[in-house]
Amino acid sequence: MAKTLYDKIWDAHTVIDQGDGSALIYIDRHLVHEVTSPQAFDGLRLNGRKPWRLAANLAVPDHNVPTVNRRLGISDPISRAQLDALDANCRDFGITKFDLMDVRQGIVHVIGPEQGATLPGMTVVCGDSHTSTHGAFGALAFGIGTSEVEHALATQTLVLKKAKTMQIRVNGHVGPGVTAKDITLAIIGEIGTAGGTGYVIEYAGEAIEDLSMEGRMTLCNMAIEGGARAGLVAVDDKTIDYVKGRPFAPKPEQWEAAVAEWKTLHSDPEARFDRVVEIHAASIEPQVTWGTSPEMVGPVSARVPDPAQIEDPVKRNGMQKALAYMGLTANTPITQIAIDKVFIGSCTNSRIEDLRAAAAVVRGKRKADSVKLAMVVPGSGLVKQQAEAEGLDKVFLDAGFEWREPGCSMCLAMNADRLEPGERCASTSNRNFEGRQGQGGRTHLVSPAMAAAAGIAGHFTDIRSWT
Amino acid sequence: MRAFTVLTSKVMPLDRPNVDTDAIIPKQYLKSIRRTGFGPFLFDDWRYLDPGTLEVDPATRRPNPDFVLNDPKHAGAQILIARENFGCGSSREHAVWALDDYGFRAVIAPSFADIFFSNCFKNGLLPVVLKADEVQAIFEGVASDPGKQFTIDLPAQELRLPCGKAFKFEINPHHKHNMVNGLDEIGLTLQQADVIRAYEARRAQQAPWLFN
Repeated sequence: MAKTLYDKIWDAHTVIDQGDGSALIYIDRHLVHEVTSPQAFDGLRLNGRKPWRLAANLAVPDHNVPTVNRRLGISDPISRAQLDALDANCRDFGITKFDLMDVRQGIVHVIGPEQGATLPGMTVVCGDSHTSTHGAFGALAFGIGTSEVEHALATQTLVLKKAKTMQIRVNGHVGPGVTAKDITLAIIGEIGTAGGTGYVIEYAGEAIEDLSMEGRMTLCNMAIEGGARAGLVAVDDKTIDYVKGRPFAPKPEQWEAAVAEWKTLHSDPEARFDRVVEIHAASIEPQVTWGTSPEMVGPVSARVPDPAQIEDPVKRNGMQKALAYMGLTANTPITQIAIDKVFIGSCTNSRIEDLRAAAAVVRGKRKADSVKLAMVVPGSGLVKQQAEAEGLDKVFLDAGFEWREPGCSMCLAMNADRLEPGERCASTSNRNFEGRQGQGGRTHLVSPAMAAAAGIAGHFTDIRSWT
Repeated sequence: MRAFTVLTSKVMPLDRPNVDTDAIIPKQYLKSIRRTGFGPFLFDDWRYLDPGTLEVDPATRRPNPDFVLNDPKHAGAQILIARENFGCGSSREHAVWALDDYGFRAVIAPSFADIFFSNCFKNGLLPVVLKADEVQAIFEGVASDPGKQFTIDLPAQELRLPCGKAFKFEINPHHKHNMVNGLDEIGLTLQQADVIRAYEARRAQQAPWLFN
């Protein structure tokens, strides 16, 4: 019978089929960070349990880490306690961890693929919803809560209900200036933030095949913002080339067998999906969110929508609340929205390709005086090193942008990087929820090039007419 | 885990769609390494007029009188009701811990986000999915009399209204069994340790690179 990519990975990882649509699924890789793991390790201790297979786990601090003056340590005692807990837990249980000062440290969803710890066909979990990122490799990757972190540690399995499948075909090719971020935002605009609830999304079509691995990670990263716990892209030569030679990749004597298996990681031509969504790539413009949910998004050429035009009272009410929070007036052109801060970073857009795109926009220009802060936060120490080797740090600094140390930073503002009440930010992150980047802060989600251009212009601007 | 069978309580009406887990428990509280104590910070940004952190005593803060949790009419409600896509966003289980610590035992909505939904069952917090018009009827019932008592009967899979009407709801049998009996899922899985080991041995033959 023809199978989808999801079916293939599910079947290969089924330890026990429970017969009611759920199964005990084997977990190949478990990524650990400081925020969602301490209570899970405590649970193990309380019950006298140990991690089932140590080598399956890889830990790194990212959510809480400072992005400046790292050598001075962490001044916030509560943040420090959380990092100390990760240190102690990894030491006590024997889990591999990259320390704060290790060049391999970075955002968990950047370092997994970078180290080859994420491989095609794997099941990958982490106590973080953006684990969907790793689906770019044809891996079944999804975020879990802390109880499931404990379950994965203790048993190397999870009890899961099989999801429905949705194929999103992005047909044709995108125009210049349109990136993976714009594709993924446009998809969420189309299906809504709950459109993917209960589904695993497989992205397909020429525009997806065109994307680099970095682009595919950006795409799958935001599957969760469309409600889908996991996103997938079929394996192709780009996937295999990306993995080759990375520290956790298969050993040379295992390589050929691995590649042979990976080449089967695509949906069969006759496979049936529960839902198929088709999008024309050429119709996608650079996207900007205007509200407090990622589905509140539109093209940069549009205006802020008018709640008065919405019939559904629940939706209208939600839109009114969002515009009030965002301090926006209906029908304002998006390009007339002035910003206070720029954030280029996060597990969505902090890889080398993202930094190159942003640097290309700011090269030889200066940040607008009205913009209080424009910060660039690389996704990992290795991304930072690569960017510096290419001179990108200099390009940003010359333009008046700040160049920081790697971490989650102002995507969720658990560290010192945050918006003040009322501040408006052009952000390459993934969530524009109320208070996400700081209490009272206003977030507009955009691509790296669009964020960089907004930092120079002082307001949103169409990157397609950028010179 | 605490078992859930039958609960009778008032209902707290939170009339919003897409309530995300950042709103349920903001990031500054995720620095705690404990599982308890999040109740005073539930819906923090909506609930208080001044900002808070783990170090600020909630009793010293100014409650927002316009927020439904601060309305004395609804005090003591153990059931929360909201609109669609409740619990979207971050996977933080702290959201479930905060709802539980505050005193909620069940949440009713037309739909839930997947990770939040799954986290609920690990903590004995029952997510009840009802149709949008049924949710609307409960909102209207609470608006007409906030003191009305509703009963959630998990074994019978129904929510009973004070008027005697009942709404049926679906639940995965495996989830229901664990909730009704308050079972620890890790303990149950470990009873299958031999099957997991056999799977690993087989898989290590087929795909040895996964076990490096």
